[in-house]
Amino acid sequence: MPKLHKNATEALAGLLKDNMTIAAGGFGLCGIPEHCIEAIKQSGVKGLTIVSNNAGVDGFGLGKLMEKGQIRKMISSYVGENKLFAELFLAGKLEVEFNPQGTLAERMRAGGAGIAGFYTRTGVGTVVAEGKEVREFDGNKYVLERGIVADLAIVKAWKGDEEGNLVYRRTARNFNPLAAMCGRATVAEVEELAPIGTLDHDLIHTQGIFVQRLFKGEKFEKRIEQRTTRAA
Amino acid sequence: MPWTREQMAERAAGELQEGFYINLGIGIPTLVANYIPKTLRVVLQSENGMLGIGPFPRENEVDPDLINAGKQTVTELPYTSYFDSATSFAMIRGGHIDLAILGAMQVSEQGDIANWMVPGKMVKGMGGAMDLVAGVKRVIVLMEHNVKNEAKLVKKCSLPLTGSKVVNKIITDLGEFEFRPDGLTLTALAPGVTADEVKAKTEASYKIALQ
Repeated sequence: MPKLHKNATEALAGLLKDNMTIAAGGFGLCGIPEHCIEAIKQSGVKGLTIVSNNAGVDGFGLGKLMEKGQIRKMISSYVGENKLFAELFLAGKLEVEFNPQGTLAERMRAGGAGIAGFYTRTGVGTVVAEGKEVREFDGNKYVLERGIVADLAIVKAWKGDEEGNLVYRRTARNFNPLAAMCGRATVAEVEELAPIGTLDHDLIHTQGIFVQRLFKGEKFEKRIEQRTTRAA
Repeated sequence: MPWTREQMAERAAGELQEGFYINLGIGIPTLVANYIPKTLRVVLQSENGMLGIGPFPRENEVDPDLINAGKQTVTELPYTSYFDSATSFAMIRGGHIDLAILGAMQVSEQGDIANWMVPGKMVKGMGGAMDLVAGVKRVIVLMEHNVKNEAKLVKKCSLPLTGSKVVNKIITDLGEFEFRPDGLTLTALAPGVTADEVKAKTEASYKIALQ
């Protein structure tokens, strides 16, 4: 089965169903799979559980799926930039499970690596540890957190080849490699399609084995949340 | 005269040591970067996956793929490296970061910190704060001593905790406190601020050992 597809709709064909769990890469609006999100919006699939560090902004990123009421639950570490999110949450129309950011990243990595759970000091003595096993190692308390395996992962990379090898750019890497690992199926969108053999084999960030389908995005909007500059 | 936000940041910068890897939180802690002595080599970590944060970009250098944890555009330095979020938090949770400087809503006399959630208000999430306080070697809190006449340095946090017994030092506009083996200790006063004034504005119990 060739991995390369023409666009997001074709790459996601047959992979979307109601009530599924989708892991998405990105930090804020940096490195988000914007074409996959748009295609999921167009598909009308609903009841989604989304594993993503953030929840987009009003009208962009995952905010698009929220507008159409497609998301049932978010598993995130910070959702502060989205007004619609607040409204839906306060109206009881959206469930949210807050995870510390490092715990969320490690849960995705662990799920992708076949690790069912791990113990961490993060969250001990807080609401995060409530209802979870707390165990002492070497005199310190650690809380048990579970790995996450998602039905589908959507990620965004800078360059990719037909084999599914991916290279990310600067801080747009963030959660993308971890999302790619934890998806039962992973769809990647890339800015540039690299001919096989042209990516430096030593510098591949996500290896093709983690990517089942990919496509080149037509035009990336890459919206900036906080444009901060200094005088020239 | 209590310290200004800038003076608090400047005092916190005095805690930096050669070779330190540090993580600065949002708010007053961000100002600390302006007071790092030029002769000192410290490396700033950003939990979205960057070691070695450069200054804000000039208009023609803005890059949407290059932001800090506050989602602000930044630049890279000659020694900058990038990594994924799990590696970033391996640095934080694995004890590789020497110092985190954070803001807080409350700190207790046991060193508990609350800075992510006010019950009844919209919850935005803890982001990386719980990982930072649980994992880095040393935690310094920069905060106003009082908000609307309410003490923020308390006997027991009434707000949901970010971490338990994790704070090492607090710098407020009125003075500095350290958590020592024998308990919370007031170690410095802002100019013109008296020990009695601090006592009146603090709920936590503490010892006094001015340096």
